[in-house]
Amino acid sequence: MKVTVDEDRCCGAGQCVMLAPDVFDQREDDGIVVLLEAEPDAAHHTAVREAADVCPAAAITVHEDS
Amino acid sequence: MTLSEPGTDELHYPLPAPDPLDPPKEWAELRDRCPVATVTLPSGDHAQLLTRYDDVKQVLSDPRFPRVGGGQGARISDSGGVFDSDMASALPQSGPAHQQWRRLVMRWFTAKRMAALRPRIEAMADSLIDEMLAHGQPADLKAALGFPLPVWVICTMLGVPDSDRDRFSYWSDTLLNLTRYGRDEIVAAQTEFLGYMQAHVQAKRAQPGDDLLSELTTEPTADGTLLTDAQLVGTGQGLLVAGHETTANMISKMVAMLLADRRRWEQLLADPSLVRTAVEESLRFDANPGIGMPRYIAEDVALGSAALPAGTTVMCSMGAANRDARAFDGAEEMDLTRSPNPHLSFGSGPHSCLGQALARTELQVTLEVLLRRLPGLDLAVPVEELQRVEGLAVGGLRELPVRW
Ligand code: HEM
Ligand code: SF4
Repeated sequence: MKVTVDEDRCCGAGQCVMLAPDVFDQREDDGIVVLLEAEPDAAHHTAVREAADVCPAAAITVHEDS
Repeated sequence: MTLSEPGTDELHYPLPAPDPLDPPKEWAELRDRCPVATVTLPSGDHAQLLTRYDDVKQVLSDPRFPRVGGGQGARISDSGGVFDSDMASALPQSGPAHQQWRRLVMRWFTAKRMAALRPRIEAMADSLIDEMLAHGQPADLKAALGFPLPVWVICTMLGVPDSDRDRFSYWSDTLLNLTRYGRDEIVAAQTEFLGYMQAHVQAKRAQPGDDLLSELTTEPTADGTLLTDAQLVGTGQGLLVAGHETTANMISKMVAMLLADRRRWEQLLADPSLVRTAVEESLRFDANPGIGMPRYIAEDVALGSAALPAGTTVMCSMGAANRDARAFDGAEEMDLTRSPNPHLSFGSGPHSCLGQALARTELQVTLEVLLRRLPGLDLAVPVEELQRVEGLAVGGLRELPVRW
């Protein structure tokens, strides 16, 4: 699994960090998403998919087959 | 009421709801047969009501479409209330200026900050429950816990002393109310609140504390300017107005939904790890979230269901969208394990709720503490006797009588 984030779309809702804190973080100064793991371990896949599905800004893209 | 001949029957908005926890009957019919429906607002102006998930999501997340207000688009009501007032106009509502403000404030609402705030919120919930227990049963959970908790939290963030919390609650109530208070009362409350906040901001400038407003007095935006006093006052007001009644009502509605069918409560007692998904499902399933979000359609746009011409005012019903079977399996069932749950209760896109991490934290903590302290919690009246609060931009229950 490969993950990308679009900082320009991110509205800082923090859903991704609440769901998968090992994969996503937020910048200290404005809450915008920081991708910690572009290729997360299988253990995180479910949480990452959920984060992508519920991100209110559709700022997270998951590429399953790579 | 029939919708078979659109245009002949005037549809008055907000729609009346039959039972306290059930949605208006019209939602399903509108979604299926009239997803863009002309409604008459309390002001007499007209708007187009959107009820399908895809349409509501598309409009809410389109940055070109601002909220109504400032003379643009239909008026919601004659008596003021948050949507029509110019109270929030000190804050940029859209465009780059809005994004700058948002990014500045956002740092106070990150998931990490919320995790750090969690124990304090838990302590507040515990002490409110102590007090409720001391008064004995039955008790009104809304007055004892749901209403005070979020205002305590916001006051803490704003550096407002505990002794002023009750005044804050009252101001917040009048500012959001579309019909319960008269114009004079609303204006008087707004004036009082404004005066208080101005003095408060000046006090924070003179003597900064460890709170959001103090930090904002010295923190420049991306283009290097500092927020003005008016913008700081607006920030404080905006957070109170946006974050108090919404969360207060959601706490009561969530607990009511979970107790209305006590198997839900027992499911949570058996497996408290469901608290997170149960909170999301309560947000989705809320049949009385308020009137929805109005948007001014500034340019022609094609929705899945219809094309909207520029100049239209739409009312996005997130509540109806959240029960759209096109988007959710078993949409009319409350499923505490539902995941993912991309409900629209916090809006969507660049304007989506800035306080959603805080709201989620407050709802999760409240539920955890209630499950731990009061496993025997139950409604003290039959569900049918619960009463809706009418006339609020944010829907809710008048009281939530419980025993334990
Ligand atoms: C369950 C509780 C809550 C619900 C259901 C809720 C819902 C919403 C909704 C629907 C919007 C508008 C989104 C749009 O226009 O598209 C919004 C905006 C907003 N909310 Fe919340 N909210 C809640 C709690 C809070 C809290 C606790 C705070 C902060 C203390 C807060 C602060 C805000 C702010 C500042 C905005 C405006 C954001 C902007 O213009 O960029 N909300 N909220
Ligand atoms: S959930 Fe989406 S909008 Fe929220 S912080 Fe993460 S990437 Fe940004």
